[in-house]
Amino acid sequence: MSFLRTVWLIVRKDFLIEARSREVLYTTLFFAVSCVLVFAFGFVREGRPLEDAASGILWIAIAFSGTLALGRAFERERQSETLRALLIAPIDRPALYVGKLVGVLLLLFVVELIIVPLVALMFQAPLFDHALLMMGLLVAGTIGFAAVGTLFAAMLVRARSRDVLLPVLLYPITIPVIIAGVRGTAALLEGDPNIAVARMWLSMLFFFDVVFVTLALWTFEPVMTE
Amino acid sequence: MDFTSLTLTDVTRNFGRRRALFKVSLRCVAGEILALLGPNGAGKSTLLSIASTLLEPTAGEVRYGDQTARAAGAALRGRIGVLGHDLYIYPELSAVENLQFFGRVYGLPDVPARVEAALARAELAHRRDDPVAGYSRGMRQRLALERALLHDPRLVLLDEPFTGLDDAATSALRRRLAGLREVGTIVLITTHDLETIDGLVDRAVMLQNGRLVTIEPGPGSLRDRYRRLTTVSA
Repeated sequence: MSFLRTVWLIVRKDFLIEARSREVLYTTLFFAVSCVLVFAFGFVREGRPLEDAASGILWIAIAFSGTLALGRAFERERQSETLRALLIAPIDRPALYVGKLVGVLLLLFVVELIIVPLVALMFQAPLFDHALLMMGLLVAGTIGFAAVGTLFAAMLVRARSRDVLLPVLLYPITIPVIIAGVRGTAALLEGDPNIAVARMWLSMLFFFDVVFVTLALWTFEPVMTE
Repeated sequence: MDFTSLTLTDVTRNFGRRRALFKVSLRCVAGEILALLGPNGAGKSTLLSIASTLLEPTAGEVRYGDQTARAAGAALRGRIGVLGHDLYIYPELSAVENLQFFGRVYGLPDVPARVEAALARAELAHRRDDPVAGYSRGMRQRLALERALLHDPRLVLLDEPFTGLDDAATSALRRRLAGLREVGTIVLITTHDLETIDGLVDRAVMLQNGRLVTIEPGPGSLRDRYRRLTTVSA
């Protein structure tokens, strides 16, 4: 069984389950949209948003809703202990990690398709003026966040207080990713967009992605063997 | 890879300060059905988890033929079938989808034919496309058993396999287990349903407080011999 085929099987199975229940997509999307709307009521006065608020709110919405998605994605594998069935199967265990990671990423990208235009609208933020760079920041930032989150969500799947522990462990480690995402986006939203600074933060995000994904692939198997 | 024996030597497993298994030694060979009995919390599921490679012993060694789990890796896992207390099936998916998924994950040849045969054995062909969430406990149990045996494992670990089964399904499972013995499968089974497995298993051992005790063959039913031993131990 090749690595990529295993990844594909896991992603396909998760997609099939999600297409049937739509539980994770709807809850994550609802939470992200609510988050943006609540901040919009707080930070937009007389039609004028607070300066620099848009980038922070966008990334907070991604981080909060991503945490929700990560928890739910592994809750499914816990219900009938199907995670154990997958760990016993003759597959590369890191492929299981990558499969779950890709599933979470696809879900978060769908959420971002909705909340990025929403933030642009509510905060009058020119998020599409440098669309490619903005897309690069979103993709790289989401990968870094989800790479760590998927590992922690898998580790905590049998912990009794996993819902509390996941954000407590996840946010301190992913703060560099969130800061890089916020500063890179803010650089693009300035009156005179600072492309060089945005590129520098994008490079940082790529660096974090490589480090986090490598560490997660390296540690997933020992961590999952009880 | 193939192997014809499972050997545990002085296997100890601790969870923090709690000792679940203490110096358990056990050997099963191909074509043998071994019952692993004991009260709740005796360490039966821990032993099955170690045999399934999900859990590593704190001390001691587990060998599959002449291989260890660490050395043999994925190839060994592909020869082990596990039916856990939780059923390891996705309730949102149908019986066909569950079996197809696991068949593909195991990289089996001719998955559709295997799935059809498994559905027929589980007597679930008429509910094949219904989500498993709507099945009764017995139907789920039958499906989970077929999932565990889909890849013709060499070592089968069954944790309370008779749970939720009616008389007909229980008889079918007994026949299935006897069939596994015929083809040289090593079967480890934990159950509290001693009457059902009496006469089926080749040997029975008991775990009590993490230690292994052999239930000697002799006069009386398996239940009687088990009771005598637990009374003596108490």
